[in-house]
Amino acid sequence: MLSSPSAVYCRAAKDALGFPSIMLLASMTGFGSLAKESGLTLGMALSSTAGIWGLPGQVALAEMHAAGVSALFVILAVSLANARFLPMAVSFIPLMRDGIKRFGWMFALVQLLSINSWAAGLRSFPEIEVQLRARYYVLFALICMSAGLLGTSIGYYGIGIMNRAASLGLIFLNPLFFAVLLAGSHARPAIIAMLIGIPLGPILHMLSPDWGLLVTGLMGGTLAFLIHRKIQK
Amino acid sequence: MFESQTELWIVVAGSIAATYLWRFLGTLFSYRIDPQGRLFQWITCVSFAMLAGLIARMVFIPVGPLIEVDLWIRITGIIVGLIVFFLARRQVLVAVGAGLAVFIALVSNA
Repeated sequence: MLSSPSAVYCRAAKDALGFPSIMLLASMTGFGSLAKESGLTLGMALSSTAGIWGLPGQVALAEMHAAGVSALFVILAVSLANARFLPMAVSFIPLMRDGIKRFGWMFALVQLLSINSWAAGLRSFPEIEVQLRARYYVLFALICMSAGLLGTSIGYYGIGIMNRAASLGLIFLNPLFFAVLLAGSHARPAIIAMLIGIPLGPILHMLSPDWGLLVTGLMGGTLAFLIHRKIQK
Repeated sequence: MFESQTELWIVVAGSIAATYLWRFLGTLFSYRIDPQGRLFQWITCVSFAMLAGLIARMVFIPVGPLIEVDLWIRITGIIVGLIVFFLARRQVLVAVGAGLAVFIALVSNA
């Protein structure tokens, strides 16, 4: 059990500086290049990384903007693409709120939450004193975000100096990362939803670029939800 | 693409606010809501269907520079990534690296 602040900070830095940082550096490099190609400024790209802080929503923003989708539909899709933050926050916040004197702080700290810090917290919190867990989370998440911002900048500038194949590769990183990350999900409703979403996405996009993705989510998601419940019975 | 920067900033800010909404609600309800409940299961399904649809759209009907890459190359890159992911005991970076290497090699020789 880690019970001193310095031991907790050491553990957080050690956990964050390995795989999570490399992964964020790589995936956000792809996003930075995509943002540049989609006509976003560096400031917008960095704001999206820090502000949205979830690759699916960020990619949806850059991609849909480039595809000429109107503002309201872009915002709706970005938001829905990162809807997982709600259940993530619900399951995560109670694990560390005892270490925070004023609960109001949680509304600021939750901005740093990502799939990496969520998973690391769930893994490491049992070995950390309740009062010190928030410290672990904050340092871990700040290191991740630094790696993400660095990656965004590298991708944004890198795409200008690379040859054609490598530049295209940077853009291709976006769907590739997604496909691999999603392939790792184990939950049956999620898998059913993805299998329905794959054909629906391109087809509905051709029918209506504005509504395509939203209807894909609502139709495919609802159908998957119903199928899953039917199988469960 | 030709809209003013101000409009684009509004889209970025709107996207940030609309994403924060989930974080905010999650924090607010963290005492009371059951993450295993039906409502969340439905929201999760919706977001997964949407993401899968978005990836499929990016691969099959890309916008931007990927248009100039042949469809079979885009599909091959994804499939190689997925196969390596399952062969290499679900190591994300190995899988992405393999898919990317094949994609770049095919684009260079096309």
